[in-house]
Amino acid sequence: MTMIFGIPLPALLGQLLIGFINGSFYALLSLGLAVIFGLLRVINFAHGAQYMLGAFAAYLLLAHTGIGFWPALVIAPLVVAAISAVIERTMLSRLYDLDHLYGLLFTFGLALILEGTFRWYFGAAGQPYAQPQILSGGTNLGFMFLPNYRGFVVVASIVICLSVWLLIEKTRLGAYLRAATENPQLVQAFGVNVPLLLTLTYALGAGLAGLAGVLAAPIYQVSPLMGSNLIIIVFAVVVIGGMGSIGGAIVTGYVLGILEGLTKVFYPEASNIVVFVIMAVVLMLRPAGLFGKEI
Amino acid sequence: MNSAPAAERGEPLLKVRKVNGWYGESHVLHDVSLDLYEGETITLVGRNGAGKTSTLRAIMNLLPRRSGEIRIAGRDMAKVPVHRTAHSGIGYVPEERGIFASLTVSENLMLPPKVAEGGMSVEAIFDLFPNLAERRNSPGTKLSGGEQQMLAIARILRTGVKIILLDEPTEGLAPVIIQRIGDVLVELKKSGMTLLLVEQNFRFARKVADRFYLMEDGHILESFPTAQLDAKMDRLHEVVGV
Repeated sequence: MTMIFGIPLPALLGQLLIGFINGSFYALLSLGLAVIFGLLRVINFAHGAQYMLGAFAAYLLLAHTGIGFWPALVIAPLVVAAISAVIERTMLSRLYDLDHLYGLLFTFGLALILEGTFRWYFGAAGQPYAQPQILSGGTNLGFMFLPNYRGFVVVASIVICLSVWLLIEKTRLGAYLRAATENPQLVQAFGVNVPLLLTLTYALGAGLAGLAGVLAAPIYQVSPLMGSNLIIIVFAVVVIGGMGSIGGAIVTGYVLGILEGLTKVFYPEASNIVVFVIMAVVLMLRPAGLFGKEI
Repeated sequence: MNSAPAAERGEPLLKVRKVNGWYGESHVLHDVSLDLYEGETITLVGRNGAGKTSTLRAIMNLLPRRSGEIRIAGRDMAKVPVHRTAHSGIGYVPEERGIFASLTVSENLMLPPKVAEGGMSVEAIFDLFPNLAERRNSPGTKLSGGEQQMLAIARILRTGVKIILLDEPTEGLAPVIIQRIGDVLVELKKSGMTLLLVEQNFRFARKVADRFYLMEDGHILESFPTAQLDAKMDRLHEVVGV
């Protein structure tokens, strides 16, 4: 059997792939956080709860109305985006003129309330969510057996990340967004409705978290705390990539997922902390993050 | 026509009456009143901190707090939110130019939404500013100071506004560039554009301005037509100190 550094090749490639799948979720979530932070300057601590909401929306749609995975993939993120837009308009937007700490505290409190409510209602145990029929089974890649659904998640995440990147870097709406990130007052003076842009941006970021939640539902169980487990790592990813850098958030998400996977092969004991070790090193060498600009 | 008394000229396109403005506790504008008639160019002069930029910001509704009356084409602007102000046909070229670093020259140019018909086409703008055309795909802040100023003016010309507020367009620029910007403003004026200019450079301003307003400590001291500029020079030097 082929060995690399004393590790059987199939094991190595297998962990790489698992890392890539985890990285897909890191990328989707850190992308949403970066989009929100870039324009709103809010560190969205509710991001994990919004991810959980997406998964629960899919679960409830199926359990109560029989609406399956594919429609849920569209409906659930829209529901999360709509709820988040209302929260932004009625509450979060009142905090923009204050210290950024208030936005952080508000979203943190929001996350606790959302997660607490779901925990009270559904209990802490996870609810299973079946993967779509068409993606059941798997494909033998030669070195490993890849469940089709996981392959789908990787592809979907890449497509979604690329689309959001294109939206922000190449469209007129994206130009408004980038300009408003630099100088919101001037963009407003030009006649652009910046408050609406802020609401849409928050809804987009939260909707991305909801979408990641739906994608995660068949892999991880749907549970009230599924987001809080993941979000800590995602925050580390955003810090490493650089707050507010869209491309940086995406690339760092995948790279760290893969590095985490590799650590599982070479030194499994460190796999839970490798992301944080990297974060510490990056903060020492480049405090603004790998792709961030010094502010 | 420029020296005709206000009563004969009807309603000004931009009317500012007893406007007061504040930054927090700091009261920066005191009963500022001015009139800007269609096709006219007026210039605000005054020392740094006299309230010239604050006056422009008050008109654009960018001050944290303002009171008094501002009318554009007769419309009361008191309740109009910031992002609807431009839609009354007014464009702003800020002192710091406000070119966006994360946008290309083209994107900067296309950024301000059209607020009325009759703006310049992109082709016409690139004819007027050929160096912008050459550099349309560079990041906005890679341009020289003069090019950034031209871009800041150019992007407003696209939007179809009738009034342009220009805050020190010549500041920090080389004489040849100042000359070029002066030519552009004269062209704009000929085409019927209404301009409110903040400028320390009298020699530059007199080429385009019909009237001057002299400001000090947030007050308008007086206004006079350009023909009286030479006679007022001693007074200007005393107040402006240049």
